[in-house]
Amino acid sequence: MTRNARDFWTGLLYIFFGSSAILIARDYSMGTANKMGPAYFPTILGGLLLVIGVIALIRSFVIPGSPIGAFGFKGLVLVTGSVVAFGFVVRGLGLAIALPLLIIVSAYGSTRFRWRPTLIMAAGLTIFCVLVFLKGLGIPLPVIGPWLGG
Amino acid sequence: MELLSHLALGLQTAATFANLFYCLVGVFLGTAIGVLPGLGPTATIAMLLPVTFVLPPVTALIMLAGIYYGSQYGGSTTSILVNLPGEAASVVTTLDGYQMAKQGRAGPALAASAIGSFFAGTVATFLIAAFGPPLAAAALEFGPAEFFSLMILGLVASVVLAQGSLLHAIGMVVLGLLLGLIGTDVNSGTQRFTFGIFELADGIGFVTVAMGMFGLGEIIRNLQNEEERSVMITKITGLWPTKEDFKRMVAPILRGTAIGSVLGILPGSGSILGSFAAYSIEKKVSKNRAQFGKGAIEGVAAPEAANNAGAQTSFIPLLTLGIPSNPVSALMVGAMIVHGIQPGPSVITEQPALFWGMIVSMWIGNLFLVILNYPLIGMWVRMIMIPYQFLYPGILVFCAIGVFSLKNTEFDIYFMALFGALGYLFSKLGCEPAPMLLAFILGPLMEEYLRRAMLLSRGNPWVFVQRPISTTLLALSVLAMLSVLLPAFSKTREEAFKE
Repeated sequence: MTRNARDFWTGLLYIFFGSSAILIARDYSMGTANKMGPAYFPTILGGLLLVIGVIALIRSFVIPGSPIGAFGFKGLVLVTGSVVAFGFVVRGLGLAIALPLLIIVSAYGSTRFRWRPTLIMAAGLTIFCVLVFLKGLGIPLPVIGPWLGG
Repeated sequence: MELLSHLALGLQTAATFANLFYCLVGVFLGTAIGVLPGLGPTATIAMLLPVTFVLPPVTALIMLAGIYYGSQYGGSTTSILVNLPGEAASVVTTLDGYQMAKQGRAGPALAASAIGSFFAGTVATFLIAAFGPPLAAAALEFGPAEFFSLMILGLVASVVLAQGSLLHAIGMVVLGLLLGLIGTDVNSGTQRFTFGIFELADGIGFVTVAMGMFGLGEIIRNLQNEEERSVMITKITGLWPTKEDFKRMVAPILRGTAIGSVLGILPGSGSILGSFAAYSIEKKVSKNRAQFGKGAIEGVAAPEAANNAGAQTSFIPLLTLGIPSNPVSALMVGAMIVHGIQPGPSVITEQPALFWGMIVSMWIGNLFLVILNYPLIGMWVRMIMIPYQFLYPGILVFCAIGVFSLKNTEFDIYFMALFGALGYLFSKLGCEPAPMLLAFILGPLMEEYLRRAMLLSRGNPWVFVQRPISTTLLALSVLAMLSVLLPAFSKTREEAFKE
């Protein structure tokens, strides 16, 4: 078993990214050292990353390290999820729906989440953003989107 | 008296109404967002970058520089008042600053920080004005090989100063370089690593990466360990330091300025190294060393002066060589490229108004900081007390709308989320995002210089060690890397990063 989880997973990630870079770059022309093609530098970097990953992986079985610690799944899922959801609906439903969605879903990630203050904040922040970004800076987003007939 | 005529040109540029106004706005916004818990200068600048893209280049860069000082000063304020450093460089300020606040001496601590910063900023402005042009003139002799080696040195330095495992940090640099290559290859027109996605043809925007890794990643991390913050505001009375305080501040500020200025010029270091070095030296030479850690004003004044001096002199490699030395200046380089300015030695000669205007505006910005902070301290304190659960959804909203506004595409929002997840994952694995961001911005430049160098040498890779300047730069990189492996240095490195 691995004695250093950080090295182990970092190694695997680096090996994945490094070998992907090399494999994908095979579709581009390599060129020569004199006239480098689009594949040249990425292949060097991919190789380097692969080697670093392998070293980290091997090291993880030799030198013990500190554990990774608990993984904050709740925060990770709610923060990235709320942002992605915002992107999905912002044009269709408009800011009046997308912003409160982003605010409420992400705020739910806090251990101190309470409905009342969150709803007040969502309303205030949405009005503020519509005024500043839409009316003020002219960002082309609807308040009420076409999905809602806006 | 060439220097004076240069500074006069700068003053002419910086002192227009619009530039003064945006400098003030930058300093104000930077401080306001900098005092918010959990937002360091990098995230602050990334968040506010989209706003500056609508301004003319000189004004935009002046505002960005203002945001940078402001956010740094905001970080010092939170270090002193709530024991929360906004960024690595103000970690040492918490040691004595927070102790002073606990003893009801938050006012003098804040004053020491402001006065130290202002003095250091003034000295550093003159240093940039004095050393910028000759350095740029020397850099005009640089060929592609020298620039490539210089970038290697910058990246190595960022690795050496990164927290955690050296191997992980090197990997992050290589990964950053690779991610920087995504998009259309300038030489052949080949679309690289775009997976047929149209939006990737121009590559991933650096603002998207920075907001994701530093903004979102940080929020996810903070949510995992939400702790109560106890604010030390037993009423800030007696803002002004006593005569005794002033006497004790003078020498530490002078020493801190000197140390910070020198260390700030080194590529990769920025202001972190300076503040740590200034504190430890002060602790050795001070008459009041017994008080250190218990609220010595010297322990606030010296690192704060060094911090600001370093933040400012780190603009020397940025403006003269075009090499960013930390994530913040990497963002500045990215912003300059967006505005169509290729940072490098030719900026001084081709755009003297921009160069000197920015330098003079740095000093004006520092002046604004001092003036602004006394009347507004009560407001900063109120902002510090905003509970985190009400703060971070707001940050997410600004990041999401900001990143959308860059190209008016939802695609950047998804990528920001992806980099947020990656940033959290990597931080869990002990891989710091700072070297990656630096490498991400340098990636395409580095490939370009490598190509040109190899073309000139007809494919001979030894060109990098045959030209004296390039050889020296590479030798320095090797030395820096080796120094980490030495037990004595790696021990201080660990201690310095222990928070």
